[in-house]
Amino acid sequence: MCLGIPGELVGPAEEHADLAVVDISGVRRRINVALLAGEDLKPGDWVLVHVGFALSKISESEAKAVLDMLLGTGQAYDDEIDALKGSDIT
Amino acid sequence: MRFVDEYRDAAAARALAARIASRCEPGREYKFMEVCGGHTHTIYKHGLEDHLPPAVTLVHGPGCPVCVIPMGRVDDAIHIARRPDVIMTSFGDMMRVPGGEGSFLDAKAEGADIRMVYSPLDALKIARENPDRNVVFMGIGFETTTPSTAMTVLRAAEEGVGNFSVFCNHVLIIPAIKAILDSPDLRLDGFVGPGHVSAVIGCEPYRFIAEEHGKPLVVAGFEPLDILQSVDMLLAQVGEGRSVVENQYARVVPWEGNRIALEAIGKVMRVRPHFEWRGLGFISHSALEMSDEYAAFDAERIFDVPGARIADPKSCQCGEVLKGVLKPWECKVFGTACTPETPIGTCMVSSEGACAAYYNFGRFSRERVREATRA
Repeated sequence: MCLGIPGELVGPAEEHADLAVVDISGVRRRINVALLAGEDLKPGDWVLVHVGFALSKISESEAKAVLDMLLGTGQAYDDEIDALKGSDIT
Repeated sequence: MRFVDEYRDAAAARALAARIASRCEPGREYKFMEVCGGHTHTIYKHGLEDHLPPAVTLVHGPGCPVCVIPMGRVDDAIHIARRPDVIMTSFGDMMRVPGGEGSFLDAKAEGADIRMVYSPLDALKIARENPDRNVVFMGIGFETTTPSTAMTVLRAAEEGVGNFSVFCNHVLIIPAIKAILDSPDLRLDGFVGPGHVSAVIGCEPYRFIAEEHGKPLVVAGFEPLDILQSVDMLLAQVGEGRSVVENQYARVVPWEGNRIALEAIGKVMRVRPHFEWRGLGFISHSALEMSDEYAAFDAERIFDVPGARIADPKSCQCGEVLKGVLKPWECKVFGTACTPETPIGTCMVSSEGACAAYYNFGRFSRERVREATRA
């Protein structure tokens, strides 16, 4: 729950103006990007995702570093990705 | 390539460790608290204490939201969840947290409709799909997760979803740090400040720690090098007799935080007069409840909530661990009666709890320390 997981923005989502599609470790899901409304987000940008909300815009190199670290946390990361796979935000 | 990166990291870690050692004055001890459970996890996972000189101790703080939920609140939530008209929704981390009468998992096994969700927005979706049921979201967490709950309530209000509510247990980091500073048990030289919480609240709210209490605080990232660098920055301040707030994690944390998140929280929630923390007791103004404007989304006003007060089990010393007074392995039941499979205390439940982190990663180096002491 407390893990911030890096996601790469794929594009806006049709369902609601606050939503966007991200790719998180190969899993594509809709997340809410309204907290970063001032950031001028574009496809290819990286964000840190917390419980379905993008909380910070980050650089690609930061995203890779965070992912590397998360992959090393084992169960906690697997649980978060499993939870994400069950998510269907609209 | 990865090998090269690791090699560079190891070299950087050695250089930092050497600088940290050189900053320590002979005969002086330094105690820094890392407030955030994510930092505790990194410290044990990477054995960072092995890189620090014996004079520097990292003390683990109360920043694991699952760990600080008192048993009474779990019982209250289960009381709501047992109603046939209710679907309770919760983050997975919460499912095994023991209340006085068992956990969410136990209540689910006994027939309560309790569902794991990844996001409060998933809970809102369940509410839309089940208009004849009341869907309650178990809101837990510090300021990292609070904005998501607040934004979800705003969305529910916008859509007029009338069967969605929040059982709000969101807690605030600043009063927790104040309680630690006012505790007579512990003398600290500074704080490793939380990373993601600070992305929301910014760095200004910590200023009183530096200015009124004379303790430095460095907001830190979650990689091993981030934490070593933060310790180095803290020692530099102590050595120079300074105490200010610094931001080591500026690549993610803006100094001013996230204005949209703070506005959403301010609209939907208000500060409670007091809230019980597991092991720490009641702390004034330390948690949030739904504001009057959003009372229609407040599970505590919609349902009859018993307000259970359950004393922590006598054998459990989570309170001392959360305050940093005891190291996890100094607790009487650590690793014997209390394990991640059969947790007695909350610190053993969450992967970011100090006890679970130590249990999973720390045993080997503790044994080495024991052997070294014996020799």
